[in-house]
Amino acid sequence: MLEIKNVYKTFNAGTVNEKVALKGLDLTLEDGDFVTVIGGNGAGKSTMLNAVAGVWPIDMGKILIDGQDVTRLSEHQRAKYIGRVFQDPMMGTAATMGIEENLALAARRGVARSLRAGITKKEREEYHELLKTLDLGLEDRMTSKVGLLSGGQRQAVTLLMATLKKPKLLLLDEHTAALDPKTAAKVLALSEKIVQENHLTTLMITHNMKDAIKYGNRLIMMYEGRVIYDVRGEEKANLQVSDLLQRFEQVSDGGFANDRMLLS
Amino acid sequence: MGFFASLINSMPSAVAQGLIWGIMAIGVYLTYRILDVADLTVDGSLGTGGAVCVVMVLNGAPVGLALLAATAAGMLAGLVTGLFHTACGIPAILAGILTQLALYSVNLRIMGFGTGGGKANLPISVDKYSLLVSARYVRNVALNNPILILAVFCAVLIAVLYWFFGTELGCSLRATGANQNMARAQGINTNVTTVLGLMISNGLVALAGGLLAQYQGFSDINMGRGAIVIGLAAVIIGEVIFSRIFRNFALKLLSAVIGAIIYYIVMVFVLRLGLSTDDLKLLTALVVALFLTIPYWKGKYFTKTSVKKGEKNHA
Repeated sequence: MLEIKNVYKTFNAGTVNEKVALKGLDLTLEDGDFVTVIGGNGAGKSTMLNAVAGVWPIDMGKILIDGQDVTRLSEHQRAKYIGRVFQDPMMGTAATMGIEENLALAARRGVARSLRAGITKKEREEYHELLKTLDLGLEDRMTSKVGLLSGGQRQAVTLLMATLKKPKLLLLDEHTAALDPKTAAKVLALSEKIVQENHLTTLMITHNMKDAIKYGNRLIMMYEGRVIYDVRGEEKANLQVSDLLQRFEQVSDGGFANDRMLLS
Repeated sequence: MGFFASLINSMPSAVAQGLIWGIMAIGVYLTYRILDVADLTVDGSLGTGGAVCVVMVLNGAPVGLALLAATAAGMLAGLVTGLFHTACGIPAILAGILTQLALYSVNLRIMGFGTGGGKANLPISVDKYSLLVSARYVRNVALNNPILILAVFCAVLIAVLYWFFGTELGCSLRATGANQNMARAQGINTNVTTVLGLMISNGLVALAGGLLAQYQGFSDINMGRGAIVIGLAAVIIGEVIFSRIFRNFALKLLSAVIGAIIYYIVMVFVLRLGLSTDDLKLLTALVVALFLTIPYWKGKYFTKTSVKKGEKNHA
């Protein structure tokens, strides 16, 4: 479903701030793979997701979604295939627009926008039912501005938006990191439910090792812009946090002390 | 004539001018509030609208066609600013300033059409040409009263814009102004929507320019000077007064129009108090600065702690 082939990306090339973020990254996702991504700060996790989403052009390599080469497509063109939820709850929604308007915008992802109605009566009914499934009471506040919602509510709405039009690929970029533990657990459970119900191919970055083991069918660890550990199925299910820490210690060769806190 | 008699006497003119500038203010509202771009093109495109409209009528075009052409010329100006900004990567404010400066030459050329050179002022007499609005009829109780015509104009424009911003395309424009990241993630080409927004805005501003030139009976190279500040003043006055009661989008546009009318009434008032017309721009700038400062200081120094309570309940 997703093929990342030998991708390189360097930020601020030629300056003192030069940072090689992706260094020959290779990764292939099968249809229906739910992959959790872990790695220390600067390992290239978010850069990988942004490269796939097309936030900026990559320096080298190829990215294919469902067999189609999207390397040269811009961000909004790739949006047709991709649903995204960001770390910052502010980023995934339009704060000054209503909940139903945000959903309606998402329902038109990948479709040419014309002078037809921005939201129809039939859609409103659909969204009402859909919001009910969140169990957050949002179905009664459909015209409320999203800016009035809490971070957790916004992430839940963003999740709905990302999957309203079934994407070929769902990118979750630490989407629960900015939430309190209880809300984070709720949003994660919701993510899993949506992914499973729709059989979505998913990449989920997390800083929480337990979550990385608990969710998905496959786990990858990144280090210095590459995948250094790739485990799936039963082997993944039987992983312990200590296994991952050990594995990380091996590759990071002492540079681990600083990252330990972030990974626990 | 007593102070109040003379004040009331100049009310119709203030209202008519306020309505014309209200259309301009709607254009400013679209960029400043919806698109979240401060577009300075308007100082030039207002004059472009006036120049195109007057030149076309002088050359025998019907006034309706002249206004359409003025609008189209304004949209073209918006297109240029939009391309400067999106395709060339120039910051929006600077892109607007560049177009505005370029339009100074363009407007001179337009007004000098047929003379082989430029012209800074071009009169048009309502006696010789059939114009849509003229200051001469502002006290008439008849169908040619500009206040009536302009009020209808504003109502129709607000209705059309209300419809447009409810369409898929209009919503994508609003999303672009609200959150570019989100807009792109939902497949919206934010470059296209930004350019489109600037075109619509400057089209409206040029339309206002065309109406203003007819109303005052001439087009002038300086008629757009400081237009952005007057437009902002109208938008902000409208918001300060009506933001609590006007929630609907159409009413928000209406509040910009009413803001412009209030602005002109206040201007007439201070003129009658003895202020020189030379000082008006200074006054306008101060008023806008003041109204922009108030909400900022309010948020900074007078935030009530009780507001934060709500956040804890959700999270």
